[in-house]
Amino acid sequence: MNSNSSKPDDLSGSKPKNTALKLVLAAVAMFGFGFALVPLYDVFCELTGINGKTAGPVERVEQWVDTSRTITVQFITTNNAGMPWEFEALQEEIEMHPGAWTQVEFWALNPTANDMVGQAVPSVSPSEAAEYVQKTECFCFDQQTLKAGEGRKMPLIFSLDPELPAHVKKVTMSYTLFDAGAFAK
Amino acid sequence: MTTATASHDDHGHHGPAKGIMRWVLTTNHKDIGSMYLWFSFAMLLTGGVMALIVRAELFQPGMQLIRPEFYNQMTTMHGLIMVFGAIMPAFVGLANWMVPLMIGAPDMALPRMNNWSFWILPFAFGMLLFTLFTEAGAPNFGWTFYAPLSTTYAPSSVTYFIFGVHMMGISSIMGAINIIVTILNLRAPGMTLMKMPLFVWTWFITAYLLVAVMPVLAGVVTMMLMDIHYGTAFFDAAGGGDPVLFQHVFWFFGHPEVYIMILPAFGIVSQIIPTFARKPLFGYASMVYATSSIAFLSFIVWAHHMFTVGLPLQTELFFMYATMLIAIPTGVKVFNWVSTMFRGSMTFETPMLFAIAFVVLFTIGGFSGLMLSIAPADFQYHDTYFVVAHFHYVLVPGALFGIIAGVYYWLPKWTGHYYNENLGKFHFWMSFIGVNITFFPMHFIGLAGMPRRIPDYALQFADFNAIATVGAFIFGFSQLIFLFLLIKTIRGGEKATDRVWEGAEGLEWTIPSPAPYHTFAEPPHVK
Repeated sequence: MNSNSSKPDDLSGSKPKNTALKLVLAAVAMFGFGFALVPLYDVFCELTGINGKTAGPVERVEQWVDTSRTITVQFITTNNAGMPWEFEALQEEIEMHPGAWTQVEFWALNPTANDMVGQAVPSVSPSEAAEYVQKTECFCFDQQTLKAGEGRKMPLIFSLDPELPAHVKKVTMSYTLFDAGAFAK
Repeated sequence: MTTATASHDDHGHHGPAKGIMRWVLTTNHKDIGSMYLWFSFAMLLTGGVMALIVRAELFQPGMQLIRPEFYNQMTTMHGLIMVFGAIMPAFVGLANWMVPLMIGAPDMALPRMNNWSFWILPFAFGMLLFTLFTEAGAPNFGWTFYAPLSTTYAPSSVTYFIFGVHMMGISSIMGAINIIVTILNLRAPGMTLMKMPLFVWTWFITAYLLVAVMPVLAGVVTMMLMDIHYGTAFFDAAGGGDPVLFQHVFWFFGHPEVYIMILPAFGIVSQIIPTFARKPLFGYASMVYATSSIAFLSFIVWAHHMFTVGLPLQTELFFMYATMLIAIPTGVKVFNWVSTMFRGSMTFETPMLFAIAFVVLFTIGGFSGLMLSIAPADFQYHDTYFVVAHFHYVLVPGALFGIIAGVYYWLPKWTGHYYNENLGKFHFWMSFIGVNITFFPMHFIGLAGMPRRIPDYALQFADFNAIATVGAFIFGFSQLIFLFLLIKTIRGGEKATDRVWEGAEGLEWTIPSPAPYHTFAEPPHVK
């Protein structure tokens, strides 16, 4: 075929088809990338601790306790819209040394006539402190099932890494309780 | 065999088929371009009526005309229709018409896919619009459809919305692929990449943005679909998801999307200003590099839409500085346009008037964008009418004026007739005055704290809202002048020369006016 000719029947040549195929593959790959953003987002938040999310259960290790400073830790509970449970921290705030293991209690009561499943979602403020919060046990790790009218004390055992930046004097740990009935395991 | 060969040979000479099936079956880039343009004009009027309903309600404080639920549906549908139905298809229509003519190609590279990508659109928007007549009502969660508003709390019509978005996404991706394949493979001999007209360049880059981000939009609506119907929890914290994730994924699409809606307009203006200044475009290469830089930066600035969701300090700083960086390539473009006009032999035909208005008013929108990029200040501006003023300045006298300028510029080539210049100028001045009366006061009420997306407002915002409503009606009804002018020009008028404009340069002006049904069957040679 004459290489100079560019008649309309050239349009079905293999070169345009290859380009088109590559672009279709690129579009499919970007569709996959959209979904890959979901785990990437969590990985990124975990690596940098920037979402105020705390890591899952850690091994309890006895560590150096920094008795030279005292951190005020506050506990806040919130019910997500439509969640009828009573949900509160049994102590509003505590004073602790970084490195010391501490147990605090939360209280939840299901006042309804139905068995329900709740899930607490934690958040730490300031967010830069999130990566220094070490929890060995937290009611937020699992869904909590309460029968109709049942109440329960729920423990949280945690410490603050002694590496906690010196300018952090106060840490707020917040828990938002969701009705997880739709996601019951 | 002989007959088959003969009829094949005939193919290049006969005109379009007759009747409705011409439009349904056509694979001709000019037919498809015209259909895209008329479709987007219909959507512009549809979305415009919705905007006028919104503005009519906001004429006075208190609830006058419509219920708040319907108000929410109107703002949502207005945004969706204007973004996906008016601006984007209009650009694809212009690309269909002009890219082959500008690079000396006989047609688009994938003509059947071209037909398909157009004909998906009426069904996508038909599906979106019919939700208005259902009991649940149309989508009401804003065009940004943030979860959980669009998942947990959405009306049941959200599923139609999701499939509508899927369809328009597929249409856009196919259109973009077609444009890239055409530009890469069908350029006339001698038409090197760095000789391509800027409209072709900006569309080339835009098409890559579309291929990169429209699938991410498809992904995010698919996640919504799964959350709503299949019990997943991408965006539901109760099941381990995160609503902020929605905003990240959405704006990863959404920010490149705003450049998708402006880069082709940059290209159109870069064609028009040299023509009417009778000087070559100042800084051609820097225009190409500036466009590429803007496209690259568009991928790393998305969280500037989310400064108030509780991002950590380092993230706010990164996105603030990255956003401000965009002002540099954009500034290069604005200075290049101004330098092109500097000491040119300028005349002010309608396309040039719209192009100059574009440069001035888009720059105003750019500056308010720069103000919004300042993270600490954004906490005051966020979700106020200041944001509404900003993005309407870049989209209406920005993208839309760019499209209208392009239509006036190429209309004589398409129809073979000059439009009525006085009527065109009348349309321009009414639009220019209307658009500024509508959107300029929104800066003030926004800075004073009026939130967007609320159908009622405090008494102190009443005067500026009344002014904006008057402007909106002036602007809206001015577009009927445009419709009248278009029909009049198609039906007749002074015969256009092949060159059309005294200062016009480029392959599209070497073919007869009106452009024949088939052009460049023999490729031209570009020196």
